[in-house]
Amino acid sequence: MTYSDSRTRILRGLTIAAAVLFVIGLYLALFWVGPERQQGAAQRIFYVHLGSFLGSFIAFGATVAAGIAYLRTRDPRWDTFGLANVEIGLGMAAITIVTGMAWARPIWNTWWTWEPRLTSVAIMWLAYAAYLMLRSGIEDPERRQRFAAVYGIIAFASVLFTIIIIRVRPDTIHPVVAGPTQADPTGSFEVTGRIRDTLFFNLFTFAVITVVLVWHRIRLENLIQHVMRRKLEVLSEL
Amino acid sequence: MSANPEPTTHPVSAAEGAAARPAAQTARKRRPLTPFWRAVGAVAWKDLRAEIRSRELINSMVLFTFMTVMVFSLALELDKEARQTTVAGVLWVTIVFAGLIGLSRSLAAEKDRGSLDALLLAPVDRSALFFGKMLSNLLFVLVIALVLLALLTVLFNVTLLKPLLIVVVVLGTIGFTTAGTLLSSMSVHARAREAMLPIILMPVVLPVLISAVRASTAILEGLPRDDWFPWIQLLVVADVIFLAAGYGLFDYVVEE
Repeated sequence: MTYSDSRTRILRGLTIAAAVLFVIGLYLALFWVGPERQQGAAQRIFYVHLGSFLGSFIAFGATVAAGIAYLRTRDPRWDTFGLANVEIGLGMAAITIVTGMAWARPIWNTWWTWEPRLTSVAIMWLAYAAYLMLRSGIEDPERRQRFAAVYGIIAFASVLFTIIIIRVRPDTIHPVVAGPTQADPTGSFEVTGRIRDTLFFNLFTFAVITVVLVWHRIRLENLIQHVMRRKLEVLSEL
Repeated sequence: MSANPEPTTHPVSAAEGAAARPAAQTARKRRPLTPFWRAVGAVAWKDLRAEIRSRELINSMVLFTFMTVMVFSLALELDKEARQTTVAGVLWVTIVFAGLIGLSRSLAAEKDRGSLDALLLAPVDRSALFFGKMLSNLLFVLVIALVLLALLTVLFNVTLLKPLLIVVVVLGTIGFTTAGTLLSSMSVHARAREAMLPIILMPVVLPVLISAVRASTAILEGLPRDDWFPWIQLLVVADVIFLAAGYGLFDYVVEE
């Protein structure tokens, strides 16, 4: 299993860049930006919360692209790409949910409440967990790749649902930061000053982290398949 | 065979269909000789006729529905107030679980009997097969839903046979059976397929389910239009998305 040196160097550079960006992003969120007026220090978790959701959104979006590309070309590499994105997206969505719960405890006085957005994000997580279940349940590799591509496309409906539900329903208590809502149909973006700068920096950071993690996961998957092929070769020689 | 009444009139096309079958690319571009909606009707009619003769599916679904309602009314110990607010949840949970029985049988029976291959060989558009299957599943679930509406009206003493509620039930079951038909055609190939269908289907249709329950509750409580209309809009959007997904993706699921 060998890769070209230049690509490995780019990946290494990106990994270091992601780590540095993450540290700077945390510094901005925890020290540089002042506490928010109403929520105080608890609001600082928001930068990681929204950042990780963007990460999962990118990853699940890429899964759809991978699914379409696989069905068109039948290139197994697209399947690996889709699988890597689902796993990283699940991790990112888990970060979103856990940070959201940590924030909700002081602000809402409960870890979890069954309101539309929380419910829909839990459904989204389950849908992609089901993707992994489906993969593990089908033995024929070609069929597994095909079904995974189809399911990766359908499961994106739950991501769309998470994003639009808060715009459809006025009874949500989840804050809406950007875009139109029931109360304010024209849409607005009220975040300004240092909070906005910190937010954008962290969004960018999490986008880079997601790309780096997916790239590493693809390499890991290739390595796994390479090892399995070698094992079979060795076994056949015995 | 009964799956396709047309082959005698187009003997050549059947051979063409068989020749084109191994290559997915050509299979998609091949021009079907049977008109699309006639093929849809033929598949749905075949399922319906088989069901009318055996009545094995509808019987088990109706019995299951009765039992589920019994369990709910025993488990929840409902007084009059509570019945008003929970009846929509009871309705939809029962529809979904009874529907799961029908959906998992629909393609599994076809595969076990080996008639799935015959269906796939028929010189019709693959998406016509999908819509035919989906239509027969939809009919079964709708029958169950109607029985359930009457049953809950009697047993829970809440009038459920309202036009608006029936619209919600139809919209909700369309979304549920469309996604269900597509996903059950995948789960029949999985290990432990009976367990696999709920796992992969539930998260996908939960948005439909939530919208349907919320709309039903709001309608039953007689709330103003603003309280249920957004949910109906969401239901329509979900139905359109699932129908489009089924139309576009079923080809890739059944090809082989």
